[in-house]
Amino acid sequence: MASSHGTPPVFNNKVIAWIDHRLPIFSYLEKEYHTFPTPRNFNYFWNFGAIATVMLVLMIATGVVLATNYQPNVLMAFDSVERIDRDVPQGWLIRDLHMNGASFFFIAVYIHIFRGMYYGSYKAPRELLWILGVVIFLLLMATAFMGYVLPWGQMSFWGATVITNLFSAIPVVGQSVVDWLWGGFAVENPTLNRFFAFHYLLPFIIVAVVALHVVALHVHGSNNPLGIDPKGPQDTVPFHPYYTMKDGFGVMIFLIIYAGFVFFAPDYLGHPDNYIPANPLVTPDHIVPEWYFLPFYAILRAIPDKLGGVLAMFGAIGVLFVLPWLDTSRVRSCTFRPIYKWFMYLLVIDVVILGICGANPPEGWYVPLAQLATLYYFFHFLILLPILGKIERPLPLPPSIADAVLKQKAG
Amino acid sequence: MRKSMKRLLVSGALALASLSAGAAAIAAGGEIKLPSKQWHFQGPFGTYDRSAAQRGYQVYQEVCAACHSMSLMYYRNLMALGLTEGQVKSLIKDIQVPDLNDDGQPIERPAKLSDRFKSPFPNALAAAAANNGKAPPDLSVIAKARAGGPDYLYGLLIGYVPYDKLTPQQIKEFDVSKDDNFNKYFPGHKIGMAPPLADDKVTYADGTKATLDQEASDVTQFLAWAAEPHMEARKRTGVRVILFLLALAGLMYAVKRSVWADKH
Repeated sequence: MASSHGTPPVFNNKVIAWIDHRLPIFSYLEKEYHTFPTPRNFNYFWNFGAIATVMLVLMIATGVVLATNYQPNVLMAFDSVERIDRDVPQGWLIRDLHMNGASFFFIAVYIHIFRGMYYGSYKAPRELLWILGVVIFLLLMATAFMGYVLPWGQMSFWGATVITNLFSAIPVVGQSVVDWLWGGFAVENPTLNRFFAFHYLLPFIIVAVVALHVVALHVHGSNNPLGIDPKGPQDTVPFHPYYTMKDGFGVMIFLIIYAGFVFFAPDYLGHPDNYIPANPLVTPDHIVPEWYFLPFYAILRAIPDKLGGVLAMFGAIGVLFVLPWLDTSRVRSCTFRPIYKWFMYLLVIDVVILGICGANPPEGWYVPLAQLATLYYFFHFLILLPILGKIERPLPLPPSIADAVLKQKAG
Repeated sequence: MRKSMKRLLVSGALALASLSAGAAAIAAGGEIKLPSKQWHFQGPFGTYDRSAAQRGYQVYQEVCAACHSMSLMYYRNLMALGLTEGQVKSLIKDIQVPDLNDDGQPIERPAKLSDRFKSPFPNALAAAAANNGKAPPDLSVIAKARAGGPDYLYGLLIGYVPYDKLTPQQIKEFDVSKDDNFNKYFPGHKIGMAPPLADDKVTYADGTKATLDQEASDVTQFLAWAAEPHMEARKRTGVRVILFLLALAGLMYAVKRSVWADKH
């Protein structure tokens, strides 16, 4: 498909033609973002790649501005964030955008991941595309975690303490790794300094991996809700203007919801304890991470053994790397997988249950519930997926995308 | 199929929203039901009641400031409550703040607009030493730093129950002695702070009757303002931003429809 993008474009503008002859950025844009043949049957789930990209740019832009006013020092960090909020002109706006932007970045990414799973976008020949996506997800989690430490509130400090301490579960070298992460013998000023440095660095690495993600995407093109490959021009439309405009609309709707939180409930997704300056001598009643980590936090605590919990938590993301090989079904889209479709919904419910368990103290019936949900999570990936692909009888696939689209229009 | 996808998308978004709502509600640990008061600053168009916040400053200055610092606040900030420069200067004319003179010797001088609110104690150790080992919390962002926010602060201030009004069961369950302060809304109920407010604890300059309820409500509104002085600008900007985005979304939808018109 990469070769079928059509003839090289001719530029009438002399300056553009001159540049393009030497550095073909305009040809590239023309080929990859204008004429790029894209399946004509995307639904609105396919907006979330563009939405996540918008959030990434927005986070970097607001983050750079915040960094010009932030002090990565334990004595000043909390007050410097408050100073941004109170005294820097429009500082409150930039901070609220960044603080809520993290949550909305995760919302976009989680929906994007769900879409990839539901429609089998990870299957051949898009395995590396998927794996790069999981790498982005991991980098995003690391960036978000370190970013949450920077305001140096109680949850910042204790979250950092709990999460960095996890590495002490590694046999033999564990404590050395933790000391190395801390830059000392406790979460202290060196920890804050390095977290700030990495919080600033990682987004640019994310940009690089996103670029690879897009390169991999443009080799075989996007998957689509039917999960069948386009067979010719009647199955595709040029990316521009068809999907630039559709993405544009989707981005606007997403931004409206985002703006609702930024301007009318900026602290709703945060935790009140993070407005208490960090105090190593006072532990909060319940240490909880940001909402987007709660399912993984629940998995961590579901295992009664520290090393086991850490392995399960990382394993929960680790299974995503091998998802393309765990799924044995040859059919991509859940639209044609009558049984698996329901297990996909069940997985979403399972993750929501894990999230609720993660938000609550590990007491009473939350403990067995979290354990059951953790068990189901791994059951889904490690046992159900390989077996179901073999025994499930998929529905007949339509002959082509155009055929399905036209039939739907007629009916 | 398109319809069902849309429905799926919407229900997915709702599920996410309700998950986070549930998580937030649970994280807030709401076993104790807080009094819910209709605040002037609530809602998407709510603003601060300037006169209430001004009275609240008086309550803070005359009562709370004896123990609680507000180290993120500057006296100049008070002008945002509708006071003129002259009025703020006269409000703070009797406040003496520590400084160094040109010889580097510690002195006290009258507070200026550019000074931070004077802290009652020279440092955290002194604050703790004077208060049974635990420093009273700084009140600058207290309205954001407690689950329940203003409702909690207001509840705490009116929620004291004298020892002789407690039921034997409460005394037993929370292990209350005669010297303890029992508060309905404080987690664990036993609170170090003695009841700070009472009827006529202050004499309001504007003639408002200083009942306990009035004082608690006023100082809560002052603290809510202090925690987020830019709230009104935030909401104003938000209305404009959302209207703009709605218009742009409508435009984008129209463009998208016309672009796709020949495809389905």
